[in-house]
Amino acid sequence: MKLRLMSTVAVAAMALGAGPALAANAPGVTDTEIKIGNTNPYSGPASSYGTIGKSISACWDSINAGGGVNGRKIKWISYDDGYSPPKTKEQIRKLIERDEVAFTFQTLGTPTNSAVHKYMNKKKVPHLFVATGATKWGQPSKFPWTIGWQPNYQTVGAIFGNYILQNHPNAKVAIINQNDDYGKDYVIGMKQEMGDKFDKLVVKQETYEVTDPTIDSQIVGLANSGADVFVNISIPKFAAQAIKKMAAIGWKPVHLLNDVAASIKSTYTPAGLENSKGIISVDFYKDPNDPEWKDDAETKAWHAFMDKYYPDGDKANKFNAYGWAVCHTMKAVLEQAGDNLSRENIMKEAANLKQVHVPMLLPGMAVDTSPTDFYPLEQMQMMRFDGSRNVRFGPLISAETE
Amino acid sequence: MDLFLQQTLDGLATGAIYASLALAVVMIYQAIDHFNFAQGEMAMFSTFIAWQLIAWGMPYWAAFLICLAFSFIGGMLIERVIFAPIHDAPVLSHIVIFIALTLIFNALAGFVWDFTIKEFPSPFPDKLPFESTLIGPHEFGVVGITLVMLGLIYVFFRFTPVGLAMRAAAANPVSAALVGISVKRMLGLGWGLAAVVGAVAGMMIAPKVYLEPNMMLGILLYGFAGAVVGGLTSPGGAVVGGFLMGVLENLAGTYIIGSELKLTFALVVIVAVLLFKPAGLFGRVVVMRV
Amino acid sequence: MASHDPRANPADSYLLFGIAMPKVRMITLVVGIALAITLPFMVSNFAVFQMTQVLVYAIAVLGLNLLTGYNGQFSLGHSAFYALGAYTTAIMIDRYEIEYYWTILPAGIVCFIGGFLFGLPALRLEGLYLALATFALAVATPQLLRYEHFEEFTGGVQGIDVFKPDSPISGLNADQYLYFFVLVVGALLILGAWNLVRGRTGRAMIAIRDNPIAASTMGINTSLYKSITFGVSGFYTGIAGALGAIVAEFVAPDSFTFFLSVWFLVGMVVGGLASIPAAIAGGIFILYMPNVSEEVISLFFGNDPSAKALIWVAFGLFLIFTVYVVPNGLAGLIRQGIAKLARRPGA
Repeated sequence: MKLRLMSTVAVAAMALGAGPALAANAPGVTDTEIKIGNTNPYSGPASSYGTIGKSISACWDSINAGGGVNGRKIKWISYDDGYSPPKTKEQIRKLIERDEVAFTFQTLGTPTNSAVHKYMNKKKVPHLFVATGATKWGQPSKFPWTIGWQPNYQTVGAIFGNYILQNHPNAKVAIINQNDDYGKDYVIGMKQEMGDKFDKLVVKQETYEVTDPTIDSQIVGLANSGADVFVNISIPKFAAQAIKKMAAIGWKPVHLLNDVAASIKSTYTPAGLENSKGIISVDFYKDPNDPEWKDDAETKAWHAFMDKYYPDGDKANKFNAYGWAVCHTMKAVLEQAGDNLSRENIMKEAANLKQVHVPMLLPGMAVDTSPTDFYPLEQMQMMRFDGSRNVRFGPLISAETE
Repeated sequence: MDLFLQQTLDGLATGAIYASLALAVVMIYQAIDHFNFAQGEMAMFSTFIAWQLIAWGMPYWAAFLICLAFSFIGGMLIERVIFAPIHDAPVLSHIVIFIALTLIFNALAGFVWDFTIKEFPSPFPDKLPFESTLIGPHEFGVVGITLVMLGLIYVFFRFTPVGLAMRAAAANPVSAALVGISVKRMLGLGWGLAAVVGAVAGMMIAPKVYLEPNMMLGILLYGFAGAVVGGLTSPGGAVVGGFLMGVLENLAGTYIIGSELKLTFALVVIVAVLLFKPAGLFGRVVVMRV
Repeated sequence: MASHDPRANPADSYLLFGIAMPKVRMITLVVGIALAITLPFMVSNFAVFQMTQVLVYAIAVLGLNLLTGYNGQFSLGHSAFYALGAYTTAIMIDRYEIEYYWTILPAGIVCFIGGFLFGLPALRLEGLYLALATFALAVATPQLLRYEHFEEFTGGVQGIDVFKPDSPISGLNADQYLYFFVLVVGALLILGAWNLVRGRTGRAMIAIRDNPIAASTMGINTSLYKSITFGVSGFYTGIAGALGAIVAEFVAPDSFTFFLSVWFLVGMVVGGLASIPAAIAGGIFILYMPNVSEEVISLFFGNDPSAKALIWVAFGLFLIFTVYVVPNGLAGLIRQGIAKLARRPGA
């Protein structure tokens, strides 16, 4: 016993000499385990996102089966918040104060994360790679413990705006967006990119509620405006409805579809592949159902993972590939942190990812952060659906958010 | 003008969806003198059963019929197992049970079939005999089916002994029992039939809005509204109410208030209708006795 | 002699385990207060936070119970009043930098006015029709809160951050302080409700519930009392909303979906109609029961998120079971229990 104690002291002393003092490991970290907390909407109106939490759980299972991260197994504690902000607050406090997790990761939703934003920063608990595309997660000076992951919604809006200005400078633009933060952020991005052109070109804008049974009426109204460019910011269910309705009434504008719904199996197949032909979308990770990636090694590995660790999961659902990619980002942070698993260091490493490659991102893309850049992914690529696959065109577009 | 016509027809097509659910609402109201808040989720669950059968390779109509049979038995079982023992509990306790059932069906469907949207086939042909971009074949078929169901329900409650007995049992259980009607059996039957009507509605709705556990959330609201606006005691009124909701919602969204407050506007109209016609447009005014 | 006083409660002369009923009530009250005061010092901060939420929900349930339990009017729209209270407080704190404790009463008053105004048209509606009208109100609330022309005040989809008070009392941490703050407000409201239902207004409310026609022939202005009850009910629920906003430190449209109304209803029915202490039981149920369901499911399925959907199956079954065991709510159960156990002196 004594010997062991001695060696620990010696190591600590060495570390002291070598660099900054080793802070104590975070709660929830032992020699064999790291506890990670999460909230997801497994019930309620946003429950279609719940599969992200499930696929991440399966991903940790697969990583644990391979020996974990630096010899430590990941213990993933994920609670249901039903997409209700007060419930998120309660569950997050339960995770941190009762379950004593080391940090939280991929907590889902903008209003839900907003409810714990201040709490996490006051408690100084890493609030890592939140699953929302709002821009507010990248403010290292004000909120040094919170970091996003995916390209933010405004970026996508800006990409669409730019595409319209470049290719259809005299277009008449129609927009539909979900009536919440996600839908509105895209439009803000478009406005910022297009400036005063926005008001000139946009002839009609409609919104829908997640609880709306159909959006047929909105589509009819937009078609009637005479628009020849259609920006569609909706989730798969409504995107599919829109595509089907457009075909039924014979409206054929240039169709720009947001990344959330740009999925062959979740959107284009239910809407009809023929109807979906020509849709232009933008994305940052691979749709595993796209024949484009049939022989891609990463996609094959993902399929093998799904078969083995998440057999109940729907392979048609792109979110399961998202979960796999973000889980590997987290793994990279923990690997970089090594045995120095204090909350400070985990946060430091999360903000110190240098061109880290994670599976399922589009070719040429990498995760990149710095102490002043809390936007890990800022690149996307446009693609056009040809009836069976999404053909990427143009370069990777990066929209640095300042 | 074109837009007006298109929006009106589209409203009718969506209204047919609301109307079919409103019918189920009236059906159960006639049978148990209650709203069933779990109606939407029951219909959704039935539709998932049909979807599963079709996914296993069963032809559409076979799956359709088995689904109806399943719904009928399921509806009866819910009445027998869950409601019969607490028959005398206060109304609010019943409402809490409806809430519990809603949660159970929704969560169970999510657990078994996941929350991603599913395609549900339409039984109607791909093309209409006439060329039209105004209304699709499925929408046309749904309007037809809704009207057929309305006819059947009307005849059932008006002319068949069982239908009359059921109404009697709901309206005045004591007197009904005195004239030899088994109130218990009528309650079970009413639940079974309401579940069947709901299942038909679900299978008509799903091809249009895609099948997922939360499919009925919004529709239920409009279905209820349709039933109440039309009058809970009148199947015909409920159908008219459903169509009205569909058209009203579209026209208000297009011309008056924009899509952002469309739902709110539709709800204001409901309340307004209720203020001036508290029994609904076609409902019977119930006179209270002191 | 007390027994000849016509206003005396005949039940007061009964004995429970040999103790007179008024004394039993006093003992329960004292034990309850003692627990409410000491418990926060014995449990973790997280548990204190949960208890604070229980109190907030209890106040909202009490508000609903005044309307439904005592006055017989249904409402599925109380999430709207809760939201109105929460936003009033949030806007006052965030936009006008008013101290949080000055915002509680205004939030209640705003909701009183809102409730009273909504109660006017609701007069013409009964039972299911009123349920539908209020349901409509609850469904429309999040949409109205998101409406872009109100964004300047409501913060639109982004919601509003609410400043959480630090404890001004040494020896109390922020969670404990907030708990006591809510407890004091809650106690005042309970006292108010207790006085209300025992007074003239309360008797009128109950008379209208039990027999509206007889009540009006006796000269009770039923419309006025019904509207006022709606207002008072809104006042209580609005104050709950205001406190809820401070506890959650955040308001957003998604916090106030119509499901919140459903929870209040569940809390009221499970707790028991027309009973003030029942509101606390209701608050406990709606906060802890989903948590218990979650624990039960993780007992069987471990941490597998795929089983999370079953939480609500379990919750639904618990709910059905509860209604089976206590069809008249927990308050009804306690009343029945006392009726069984209590003895007339000398009997």
